[in-house]
Amino acid sequence: MPVETESGNGRGYLTERGWRSWAFTLDHKRIGAMYLWSTIVFFLIGGVFALLLRLELLSPQAKYFSNHTYNVFFTLHGSMMIFLFIIPAIPSGLGNFFVPLHIGARDVAFPRLNLASYWVFAAGFLVIIGSLVAPMDTGWTFYTPYSAKSAAAVTTLSLGIFLIGMSSILTGLNFLVTIHKMRAPGMTWHRLPLFIWGMYATSIIQVVATPVVGVTFLLLAAERLLGVGFFDPSKGGDPVLFQHFFWFYSHPVVYVMILPAMGIVSEVIPVFSRKPIFGYDAIAYSSLAIAFIGFLVWGHHMFTSGMSPLANAIFSFLTFFVAVPTAVKVFNWIATLYKGSITFESPMLYALTFIFLFIVGGLTGPFLGALATNVQLHDTYFVVAHFHYTMMGGTVMGFFAGLHYWFPKMTGKMLNEKVARAAWALVFVGFNVTFFTMFIHVENVISTIGSAVLAAGILLMCWNFLQGLRKGAPAPANPWRALTLEWKAASPPDTENFHEIPVVTEWPYGYGTPKA
Amino acid sequence: MDNVHAFGAASGQAARVDGVFLLILVIGVFFFFLTQGMLIYFAVKYRRRLPDRDNETPTITGNPLFEFLWILIPSLVVVAIFYYGWRVYTDQRIPVAGATEVHVNARQWMYEIKYPDGRTAINEIRVPAGKPVKFILSATDVLHGFYLPDFRVKMDMIPGRVTTLWVQPDRPGSYQIYCTVYCGTGHSNMLARLVVMPQREYAEWVEHGGREGGEHEPLAVRGERIVKNAGCLNCHAVEGKEKIGPNFRGLYGSKVPLEDGKSVTADEEFLRESIVDPGAKVVKGYPNVMPTFKATLPREDTDAVVEYLKTLK
Repeated sequence: MPVETESGNGRGYLTERGWRSWAFTLDHKRIGAMYLWSTIVFFLIGGVFALLLRLELLSPQAKYFSNHTYNVFFTLHGSMMIFLFIIPAIPSGLGNFFVPLHIGARDVAFPRLNLASYWVFAAGFLVIIGSLVAPMDTGWTFYTPYSAKSAAAVTTLSLGIFLIGMSSILTGLNFLVTIHKMRAPGMTWHRLPLFIWGMYATSIIQVVATPVVGVTFLLLAAERLLGVGFFDPSKGGDPVLFQHFFWFYSHPVVYVMILPAMGIVSEVIPVFSRKPIFGYDAIAYSSLAIAFIGFLVWGHHMFTSGMSPLANAIFSFLTFFVAVPTAVKVFNWIATLYKGSITFESPMLYALTFIFLFIVGGLTGPFLGALATNVQLHDTYFVVAHFHYTMMGGTVMGFFAGLHYWFPKMTGKMLNEKVARAAWALVFVGFNVTFFTMFIHVENVISTIGSAVLAAGILLMCWNFLQGLRKGAPAPANPWRALTLEWKAASPPDTENFHEIPVVTEWPYGYGTPKA
Repeated sequence: MDNVHAFGAASGQAARVDGVFLLILVIGVFFFFLTQGMLIYFAVKYRRRLPDRDNETPTITGNPLFEFLWILIPSLVVVAIFYYGWRVYTDQRIPVAGATEVHVNARQWMYEIKYPDGRTAINEIRVPAGKPVKFILSATDVLHGFYLPDFRVKMDMIPGRVTTLWVQPDRPGSYQIYCTVYCGTGHSNMLARLVVMPQREYAEWVEHGGREGGEHEPLAVRGERIVKNAGCLNCHAVEGKEKIGPNFRGLYGSKVPLEDGKSVTADEEFLRESIVDPGAKVVKGYPNVMPTFKATLPREDTDAVVEYLKTLK
């Protein structure tokens, strides 16, 4: 497919001004941009809480905060990062922006529903901010009976998360219909960019699993407000039931977090290697496999909760089979590099960092999947380290790769590449110093120093984004010479994306040929 | 394995768990070097050397044999790991007949211990070496955890349910018990110890009524030890910055205002009552959250605690 681009008719999607043009927009790109701004702000706030935790952990004696304040901080760090940043950031932010562009559509299937999903999300985060009048200290998992008895604003926070969940369902539903119905002529399933396959699998999870957590939080609210004892043994309930409900959503949702990031990596690696993606079918179907198996493994969060040894064994067995499609992806990405012509612009640096860190996160998974070692390591720092390697080392690095990759498309400006690489170096070193120490003995001083380096890298990256927005050089339509359809649109794209809906004749990975 | 684990292996079970850990570690290190090695090697070797040579990469879109192999090999590896982990776990979960049974009930923020012969204790479990022990675990208020890192085992303690945990303590020693399920402000101080005693010493200790410190230990000294062991200091500081409850120093003999507006002198009777029935007279400005120690501290222990508090002038 030759790289032909449209010049744009001067009606870039950013042309209109004024708050109404944003608040009432039906443009998927503007809605995506609003999600991105919101989620990045929550990422930074959640990060500040993490830094305060690390500060307190500098010495064993409580120095800066009381026990209760510390507990509030880790709860806010967890629930903000999970519910307000990492779940919506890629699917609702970058996904909204790029799903229609990737498939050659003018917008999502239901633009009004899309806007509604953003405002439900906004209502959700306002309610969550409202809960700070009596900040919660239950941890992000809300385990009963503690959360049912706590005097903090647990009900408010859980209703906020209910709204966030609702927005997530609406977005997922919208994308499923969009991907089924809005593809450009010739865009068959096997010509879809792999980011779309990742988003498709993600959307299935959002639609199927999120209602369960919504109901769970309503039950918790009913328990607190009406005294119904769903989870209270003195009223015939069971606290472990809450854990089943909670993890039935909260395990699959880690794939909502990681699958879109894997999609981004699958886009970036071939572009900067000038090679076709290796094993397209395997990468595409492994996304679906991960989504499917992901529904069957929630019990591995509960191996010490008194479940029967047989149930534990079944959950452990199934858990290990998530590892296989995940490993398949990693092998295919590495094979894509083989005999490539690789350059290391910032999107590629973050994509390679994703693979590097995700391998560490992935290889520490079997320690937690195997029953004998899980019982030992469950509820310890080992899990914290594993989780942060997959979620921050994986998803967040994928998100950063996406932000750098698509920055020219979204803003029409180029980033300062030197600053971007310097920030990457700080992030890479800071991340490993912070989190690798957690696998072995917790070397708190080293870990805290690492977190400061990591924070410096992220701040430098954000400063670079702002500088790029203000005075970046104008971006050409296709600075990376990529073949997916968003690069045929102008930078930034016009409101209707394409003057003419493109006709697709090939898959988008024909790199290394005279055409691209 | 001591460089991998912060805790030594205190039983045969623990050593078997370490075996599983070691196997996964070896497999993990192998795949780490394989994948990271290829990642870094390819990235360096196939970096673009000449700016205009980027259109000459070969068109390789996949290889069915490779796909088959990297589905098959990881599948076999994970099934093997699953099987080994499952076997070791199953052995660990089946209690051996004739185990000593110890009831442990958790509440915010202590472990209440009850032995079959009716003895009670707080935050300290004593068992004879070489005999299997079964812990019968329950919780009063919220979820708690019972983690014995030296034995590589852990079990949640759940209100309304009874869970069990079984260990074979071979080596005498004192082993840390941690609460691993977040249970509120005092969670990080919710600690206990499993003291494994040589069988003779244990028998002697039981014969002396499970008392420590000998017959002639001064009451106040004994009281101080109980205050430390029973977790009082999780909520009460002796002096300095206040925790959840009132500070101890200077309490005895002072005039304390109560929630109901009255006030009372903190004499022996008030201190004793506050231990066995803390809700009877709640000091103004403090939450009524202290559990009763009526069932867990024998009368002479409460007296000892009161004597100790009297020394804190």
